[in-house]
Amino acid sequence: METQFPMKQILNEDGIVVNAEYESQMTEELTKELYVMMLRARMFDRKSVNLQRQGRIGTYVPFEGQEAAQVGSALVLEEGDWMFPTYRDHGATLTYGHSARNLFLYWKGYPMGCVPPEGKNIFPPAVPIASQLLHATGTAWAEQLKGTDRGSIVYFGDGATSEGDFHEGLNFASVFNAPVVFFNQNNGFAISVPTEKQMKSKTIAQKAVAYDIPGVRLDGNDIFVVYFETKAAMERARRGEGPTLIEAVTYRYGAHTTADDPSKYRDQEESKRRRETTDPLLRLERYLQNKGYFEESWKAQVEEEITKEIEKAVEDMEAYGPAEPSDMFTHVFKTPTWSVQDQYDAFKARVKEEV
Amino acid sequence: MSTAVKTQKLTMVQAITDAMATMMREHDDILVLGEDVGKNGGVFRATDGLEAEFGEKRVIDTPLAESGIIGTSIGLAMNGFRPIAEMQFLGFIYPAFNQIMTHASRIRSRTLGHFTVPMVIRAPFGAGVRAPEIHSDSVEALFTHMPGIKVVIPSNAYDAKGLLIASIEDPDPVLFLEPMRNYRSHKLEVPEEKYTVEIGKGARLQEGDDITLIAWGAMVDVIKKAAKEIEEEEGIKCDVLDLRTLYPMDRDLIAESVQKTGRAVIVHEAPGTGGVGNDVVSLINDTSFLYLRSPIKRVTGHDTPVPMCAIEDDYLPNADRVKQAITETVRF
Repeated sequence: METQFPMKQILNEDGIVVNAEYESQMTEELTKELYVMMLRARMFDRKSVNLQRQGRIGTYVPFEGQEAAQVGSALVLEEGDWMFPTYRDHGATLTYGHSARNLFLYWKGYPMGCVPPEGKNIFPPAVPIASQLLHATGTAWAEQLKGTDRGSIVYFGDGATSEGDFHEGLNFASVFNAPVVFFNQNNGFAISVPTEKQMKSKTIAQKAVAYDIPGVRLDGNDIFVVYFETKAAMERARRGEGPTLIEAVTYRYGAHTTADDPSKYRDQEESKRRRETTDPLLRLERYLQNKGYFEESWKAQVEEEITKEIEKAVEDMEAYGPAEPSDMFTHVFKTPTWSVQDQYDAFKARVKEEV
Repeated sequence: MSTAVKTQKLTMVQAITDAMATMMREHDDILVLGEDVGKNGGVFRATDGLEAEFGEKRVIDTPLAESGIIGTSIGLAMNGFRPIAEMQFLGFIYPAFNQIMTHASRIRSRTLGHFTVPMVIRAPFGAGVRAPEIHSDSVEALFTHMPGIKVVIPSNAYDAKGLLIASIEDPDPVLFLEPMRNYRSHKLEVPEEKYTVEIGKGARLQEGDDITLIAWGAMVDVIKKAAKEIEEEEGIKCDVLDLRTLYPMDRDLIAESVQKTGRAVIVHEAPGTGGVGNDVVSLINDTSFLYLRSPIKRVTGHDTPVPMCAIEDDYLPNADRVKQAITETVRF
């Protein structure tokens, strides 16, 4: 199966093009955009970890090391497409246009954190593993019924492929030819359980065979291959050719969450080694250098702009004010039932007494 | 008489089909999906003729996967459609529980109203038709306990059509439970046109001053029978209530009745422990405690799995058990 689903690559670890298929489209402009968006995702992620350490947000789920997979895939979406992330996919949601302030609010435990900007079809992070594959299939199916050329992308990890909803999602999308890209990030671990304990299959891409849909395995730390292959999959979906399963092989450098200690279940020296060799940003930086597109002053300027943007989002998060307890009551139903309303009224009366 | 409403005599299952067809003719965004709902018209024929009239794009035979049916319906509902998803039996809904509990019922709440799920989940339920194992469960309490979903249970053809149309029009998810024992047990005159029965409102089926009887689904016929017999045998007059909606429950109707009679017997076929009857007791406690003349009694299924059908009659409440509870309550 590994030979039937070879890992596609465009840029090798040294930033050398090993597959010229898309070279004509690898312009300086696109390359720099990919780099900037990855840098932005990484800086957002590091800021979030720091905010958690400082007690300014709650438990956070870091994604450092997976920027190419998330940014490269999210950049192919167009207005009106649907995105279904997990809780580790802020790199993807940020790239597609989610508000950084709301992402911070999410990890601060604020209901507003689940609300996407108007006009952006971004679902809140799916917590029950793999459940979101079905929603992505459903929204894509709806686009097909409406006769549009929009579709869905759904993110999930290697562990999710063991869930029933993974198989039901792929099967429904296959049967109804729904325009969905199933974007798997195989980062090697489901919290602590390594992929080889999760499945006997050598690849995740091969699971597409069972549903008679294209399965693509790619180097998830090579943003070019992620971008072009996801784009091709999304274009097939838009043309009415149905779903694709993409396996992006990547690695999470850090913990599962800020409440987890990865040294308990794996050697963190591996993360160190990977940061120096297979890192998605480093690789693209090497390519930029090889092409003569890279200047330290440009990078410094970009970093400064991103820092400003993120600091502003942190300020906005902290200026948001206290979370609103009435949010608990006012959106359970469009019109509250009497039991919700009674409890809300009692709550308001209690709060009034306490003031 | 004002303008006569055109009616037809329908069984409950025919009224359910009629409700879907009536709404689908008016609204292109309504879809029906589930196992065998297309050509076959559903195992109970509840979707009979819908595929022929509305086509395969709107009446959809899905793969055999309950979580898949509910999960994709959630996506369809969030993106402009109003799916009516059929679970072949309520006892088969468990694989979809996660989708209903963690998504369908809380997407509005999670996103502060940004995304909503206007869907109906239909499911036949209950024992008494000699169905095979697992087909006869009555687990309404799992869903009344779930914030963000309404639970509706008609007991007759008229209510079924009106309540199903109201459920389809509801902007939030509704679990619509159909007592399969009542599918073809009687026929009623049902208006041909569109009408609604309000969700959250019960019905008084018979006036009486001595005791309130409360049930839903297939147990409504049981309390009606018990009320008739106990009046003939002992002269006890029962106020007979069909709740029709379990969440949100008709608090006013129950309180008004119990404040009049001072007594109540609640009947349901689900197990007593954790059953919705306990919520009715709580509601009476909250609204009418000082009116009570005797403790409230519950007549329920046992705290056992619904047994194999050869012994299901020994599981189900019947008129004799209800009459005994009435007598004990009145003579307390």
